[in-house]
Amino acid sequence: MDTRYRWRRSMDQGMTLVCLLCTVLVLTPLALVLAFLAQTGLSALNWDFFTKLPGAAGEPGGGMANAITGTLTLIGLAGCLGIPIGVLGGTFLSEYPQTQVSRISRFAADVMNGIPSIVMGLFAYVLIVLPLRHFSALAGGVALGVMLIPTVMRTTEEVVRLVPQSVREAALALGIPQWKTTLRVVLPTATAGIVTGIMVALARIAGETAPLLFTAFGNRFWNRSILQPIAALPLQIFAYAISPFDDWHRQAWAGALVLVAIVLVVNTLARYATSRQVRLR
Amino acid sequence: MATAQGGRLVRDNAQTGDAWFHLLLAAMAAAVPLVIGTMVVALLVAAWPAMQRFAARFLITSTWDPVANQFGVLPFVYGTVVSSALALLIAVPLGLGVSIFLSELVPGWLRTPISFLVELLAAIPSVVIGLWGIFVLVPWVRTAAEPALQASLGFLPLFRGPPLGVGMLTAGLILSVMVVPFVVAVSTAVMRAVPTAQREAAQALGATRWETTRTAVLPYARSGILGAIFLALARALGETMAVTMVIGNVPQIRASLFAPAYTIPAVIANEFAEATGDLYVAALVYAGLVLLVVTVAMNALARLLVNRVVQGPSLIAE
Repeated sequence: MDTRYRWRRSMDQGMTLVCLLCTVLVLTPLALVLAFLAQTGLSALNWDFFTKLPGAAGEPGGGMANAITGTLTLIGLAGCLGIPIGVLGGTFLSEYPQTQVSRISRFAADVMNGIPSIVMGLFAYVLIVLPLRHFSALAGGVALGVMLIPTVMRTTEEVVRLVPQSVREAALALGIPQWKTTLRVVLPTATAGIVTGIMVALARIAGETAPLLFTAFGNRFWNRSILQPIAALPLQIFAYAISPFDDWHRQAWAGALVLVAIVLVVNTLARYATSRQVRLR
Repeated sequence: MATAQGGRLVRDNAQTGDAWFHLLLAAMAAAVPLVIGTMVVALLVAAWPAMQRFAARFLITSTWDPVANQFGVLPFVYGTVVSSALALLIAVPLGLGVSIFLSELVPGWLRTPISFLVELLAAIPSVVIGLWGIFVLVPWVRTAAEPALQASLGFLPLFRGPPLGVGMLTAGLILSVMVVPFVVAVSTAVMRAVPTAQREAAQALGATRWETTRTAVLPYARSGILGAIFLALARALGETMAVTMVIGNVPQIRASLFAPAYTIPAVIANEFAEATGDLYVAALVYAGLVLLVVTVAMNALARLLVNRVVQGPSLIAE
């Protein structure tokens, strides 16, 4: 009996150790990626990187100024499409949770979240690039904006649902119509959470490459119109990473560092904001 | 209505306002299923020439020759399936270990930082992981991992051939890094949704923590864990950039995991922008459509499985 108990105990401890090892193993790549980024990327970052256009192929020097503004433009375009639909749709899911439309949309949003980003690119290509006959910032923005919708919608739903029912009832008891209650009372209460959700979603699409390959396409120069091809940080990183030039590899690491820094900062801030919100509740 | 009396006017306005508002919000929410529908239709239309010409032959033939207008995606399908399977083989046991650790074993103060780090891994852009893959993982696989595998397991056809670094094995490794956060996130949520009474019952019978996990938690969470696996599989099948950068991009079917291969997302990423000729574009869209249908089906299945264990957020709060 005693040996049996000892066996069960060591099994328990053994499995705990195995699970701990799994955790360490899963987090190792994260540590490695961040370490290499810091090591290689930091030394490659300089002022030129933020202010200059890309240099000629194979020549050292130049920067990614156009790619940085390009990514910001694309995020802006995507936001114009994805944020209103996401926030209003999410509000619907939270305020009318049991309707048929809600159930279907909620399920569809979860499914859509898993659609490969490259397929989103194909979609925007067929929808925008084919009719307009050339690659454009608009098409890239649409591809990213569509990806934004399900994430923003689901986070908005969850945050708006946290608004206490009594707040709604108080407003309705004052004779305020429901639409005004939702717009002027419920949504403002949930603003911090909604904005956090939007920021995380934007940070996520900022690093998307696949949907931009044949929509935004990339551009070695400044973009002059949203109907023209536009550069983007992830596209530039990809192009430089698979190029044969050492200096471009260096710049790819610098670009990756900038991209990851944005993602890290936004995610950490979001984490901080939501934890504070929970504590306040 | 404008001529109605004051009180009535206010009420009518409120009601029509509510009706319009409801309609507006409903339209926004309905946009999601509509977008999915439009997506399928748009890709169908664009892929139609290739679908008409090749039908199912597209999936079971291996000639990919844009010049001769011959398109068969079997090698790409093979590359996608094998690299994803390899990724799951690594990511599922590891991810489940992390989930058990997070939901059953870890002290509370460590749970938040660890799950945050796992989320962070998911947040790192694919192209950055790919960059790391090219310059760090590929050399390591070429000089350390593949020679070691060859020395110990070289009698298997899986581990034969020159160690190139780029190929199926590296793609599987990098994919496993990218999908493991999804396995962890979903299966942790599922395990934490198991009622505490289940654990207490097992513990009351004298079970150790591991025995509690094995006999009470895992069986209860089974369908949800299966859902997590499908979710990760769908991610792996559709992952593009990191795989494109390390798989070698050669459309071939080889027994060896060291050999370069090619996947459906990778071929779309590499060739679509330069594709000339309607049939070529249509063939690539056809491949994308196959990917879309498969991933949508898998995600739907995964959600149904997960929802059997974890109900909506409103029910968790109660």
